[in-house]
Amino acid sequence: MIKAVMMMNTQGKPRLAKFYNYMPVEKQQELIRGVFSVLCSRPENVSNFLEIDSLFGPDSRLVYKHYATLYFVLVFDGSENELAMLDLIQVPVETLDKCFSNVCELDIVFNYSKMHAVLDEIVFGGQVLETSSAEVMKAVEEISKLEAASNSISLVPKSVSGWRGR
Amino acid sequence: MASSNSLMDSLFQRSLEDLIKGIRLQLHGESSFISKSLDEIRREIKSTDLSTKSIALQKLSYLAALHGVDMSWAAFHAVEVVSSSRFEDKRIGYHAIAQSFNDQTPVLLLITNQLRKDLNSSNEYEVSLALECLSRIGTDDLARDLTSEVFTLLGSSKAFVKKKAIGVVLRVFDKYPDAVKVCFKRLVENLESSDPHILSAVVGVFCELTTKDPRSYLPLAPEFYKILVDSRNNWVLIKVLKVFAKLASIEPRLAKKVADPICEHMRRNVGKSLLFECIRTVVSSLSDQETALKLAVARIRDFLVDDDPNLRYLGLHALSIVAPKHLWAVLENREAIVKALSDEDPNVKLEALHLLMAMVNEDNVSEISRILMNYALKSDLLFCNEVIASVLLACSRNSYEIIVDFDWYVSLLGEMARIPHCQRGQEIGHQLIDIGMRVKDARRELVRISRALLIDPALLGNQFLHPILSAAAWASGEYVEFSKTSYDIAEALLQPRTSLLPPSIRAIYIHSTFKVLVFSLKAYFSAQDSTSSPLVEESTNYVSSLVNAFTYESISSLVDMIELGLCSLSGTLDVEVQERAKNVLGFTGMIKHKIIEKVTSPESVIEASRAVAFMEDVFSEELGPVSSTAQEKVPLPDGLELNENLEDLQEICGEFLKPVVDSNSNSFSSSEKISFSVAKLRISDQLEASSSSSSHPPESASLLAEHRKRHGLYYLSSQKSDDHDDSNGNNNNTLNEYPPANEILADSFNPKKKMNQSKPRPVVVKLDEGDDIKMKPDGSSNHEPLSRAIQTALMGKGKEKEREKDNPERSLDSGTKEQSLRKDKKTKKKNGEKSSKHRSRRRSDKDASAAKPVDIVDFLL
Repeated sequence: MIKAVMMMNTQGKPRLAKFYNYMPVEKQQELIRGVFSVLCSRPENVSNFLEIDSLFGPDSRLVYKHYATLYFVLVFDGSENELAMLDLIQVPVETLDKCFSNVCELDIVFNYSKMHAVLDEIVFGGQVLETSSAEVMKAVEEISKLEAASNSISLVPKSVSGWRGR
Repeated sequence: MASSNSLMDSLFQRSLEDLIKGIRLQLHGESSFISKSLDEIRREIKSTDLSTKSIALQKLSYLAALHGVDMSWAAFHAVEVVSSSRFEDKRIGYHAIAQSFNDQTPVLLLITNQLRKDLNSSNEYEVSLALECLSRIGTDDLARDLTSEVFTLLGSSKAFVKKKAIGVVLRVFDKYPDAVKVCFKRLVENLESSDPHILSAVVGVFCELTTKDPRSYLPLAPEFYKILVDSRNNWVLIKVLKVFAKLASIEPRLAKKVADPICEHMRRNVGKSLLFECIRTVVSSLSDQETALKLAVARIRDFLVDDDPNLRYLGLHALSIVAPKHLWAVLENREAIVKALSDEDPNVKLEALHLLMAMVNEDNVSEISRILMNYALKSDLLFCNEVIASVLLACSRNSYEIIVDFDWYVSLLGEMARIPHCQRGQEIGHQLIDIGMRVKDARRELVRISRALLIDPALLGNQFLHPILSAAAWASGEYVEFSKTSYDIAEALLQPRTSLLPPSIRAIYIHSTFKVLVFSLKAYFSAQDSTSSPLVEESTNYVSSLVNAFTYESISSLVDMIELGLCSLSGTLDVEVQERAKNVLGFTGMIKHKIIEKVTSPESVIEASRAVAFMEDVFSEELGPVSSTAQEKVPLPDGLELNENLEDLQEICGEFLKPVVDSNSNSFSSSEKISFSVAKLRISDQLEASSSSSSHPPESASLLAEHRKRHGLYYLSSQKSDDHDDSNGNNNNTLNEYPPANEILADSFNPKKKMNQSKPRPVVVKLDEGDDIKMKPDGSSNHEPLSRAIQTALMGKGKEKEREKDNPERSLDSGTKEQSLRKDKKTKKKNGEKSSKHRSRRRSDKDASAAKPVDIVDFLL
């Protein structure tokens, strides 16, 4: 099972955080900080795995990848394969690259909803259900279409309707 | 003003993008902007317009996820948003629910109907949203109420929905085991799916289920085996391998069966992830399969020399799994491991260290320790301490089993203290004391090392080393008779920089000074006049052999130095330090007086030497190690109620305790406390003369003896057996009793192995062997309802289910679980043919294999 997915920049600002078991927000923030403090002390060109039992409890592993200004982090347990998880990080990154053509940190900052759409297609309740970025793209595009359609149904702009409601 | 504000806000609601831009514009005081936005959100979320509400909720969930803002208060609004007909709103609502709801969320049950509606929706993306939500927050009630919807979706023709329905089954089974009756068959059918997405999903679910309770899924082994042989999808194969790793560990014959296909995969040119999973499966569960293991170890070797640090790390990790059972695999790769110690990756270094420690035995311990100490000196703080901790752990394992030369080990401990990054003072200090108590032969070296540590003023400034100094101080006081220069030790114990120590350790320093003083005085008096007192004569035998020769001048300078060093402490704030300092000062005051009087009256010298002898006696009792299970061995006295509420006791004693505390502060003047009256000694002298049988001097010692007689079990008694023990029925298992403090259990000395050792291994006092933590019974009871449901489903017998219902108490008794299982299986076998109508031939094979696990291999063939 995957326990958490995180993205944070090299200053430690979280850009995306998803925990697959319920956790109070304070605990989430604490874990994000804890992970970052370990990550930022790692030199370049070393392995991508971390022992993380102290933060996430026994039988936890963490893999991360460093892209330009971002860390992409996956936390998981013993029923996942470390190298497969490392490959898995590539899937959302590839997908985002297609979505935004050369994705950068700003795209991720401003596309909160899309980020989750992508991630939810790949990881479902902690289980990996999709590993092909083409399939993910297809689903994400469908979702965007549906959202656009639902917006065009209500032709009256929402702000005006809110005003009329008063 | 306020109304115009809200009008503006509703006209121009900030979108999530506006919010993010706003936060990014804040150079400082991000939090004030966030709290302002939060006020906006609180207002907007109450709007009657659903899309205003949903945007507010989206902003809130953004702030919650990335800025740690609490959003539990908005639970009801999330439920409102999710009921919107617009897909965008629905998505925001479900996202917020999955993010913020837990089992205790009060409005949770309000979404049951909405979930049901969306699970039945014709739009697959709406279904997907509902499934995702259920998989994250599904509770017992939700799982129960929505089982039939999930069942329907398991049969969906759309792979997009079906794979998610399979995924959600894991949560549903976990929360509502009865769902197994409904859904399990459809789930199992998917193991034969040709769609890799479906197969991957279902194998993933079984991997999770098997991890929790392998035994229930043994009957499915043939299906998994087929996938293992046929599939070429890495994701699927990895999961199946994980399933087999679990199954093979409870069914050894399965190990033999799957070894071949796994070897096949390892020989193929497969992805590294699959290759590593094969290796891990072999080393963890199939390590008895020789060919497979050899192949796996060969592959590990490739990993170890790879350029990719990930593979090096995983290679070492795999070796550490195989190490306990097949150390040869580690030894073969010794060079790569030592090389990995200087890897730049801390993970790799750590794994290498663990492996190196796995190789340690009594022949190579000193060499490996030497290598590691060199690494510790060079490396960073974290790894340095990791190294020290590993060495300490490996060497102390099983009462220092691998240590033959304790002099060497004690000096190694001393060296560790001098490694600049060392922070393991606690453990080092503990071992120094432990060795002092357990290994008589190491005491001389221990005192020598302790002195070296104590006189080094540099160590006092490092708080991590204080526990070591504390141990060194204790050892040099307790075993002062082994020291050649007790004057030096007293000097070191009193050096001005000891003011850097915490009071608790200073107290130990002072107490050790006391012991050194008593010892020195004793040595002085016995050298002075060895025949003057029979009391002195007794113990001269060991003193005379040592170099501690004291003249009148040297002893009085020692006394002076102690007085000088301690007089400043008699006014210190810490009571422990103060009291101990005053104890010693009281004693020196008296003794000094008597020594000076010596010229005029020889009487007083005898008095003084007697006083010293008494003190010596007080310290002479040798301390021994105490078993960690000591407390458990004290039988619970009849009528002692440990679990009773003690509140009333406090009430009763409350009044009584207070005045005692008050009176304590003033009633004892400090001089009273430390006065050591010689007159008193004289009295006890006379008493002693009258009852010559007891050689125990003053009341303190006799009280102690009395106390010990009464509570013999709490202490390491010096008498072999008390009638007390007999009365408690302990006499029949003498092995578990405490060894006498001053004697060594005959069986603890194991004259094993090294007969050609130049220096025999000294005796190490070992207490009972049963210190290990008792094995906990299988924690499977948590999953029991699910396991039972699965087993019943695999048996597929209505009859069985009925019986389960009739006998609910059986489920409560975990002890009989296995037994009843076996029974079930047997009856199943009988009924197997009857129900074969609606089951394939293969399925009944599987049932039979469940009934007689012996046959599994045959069916696999």
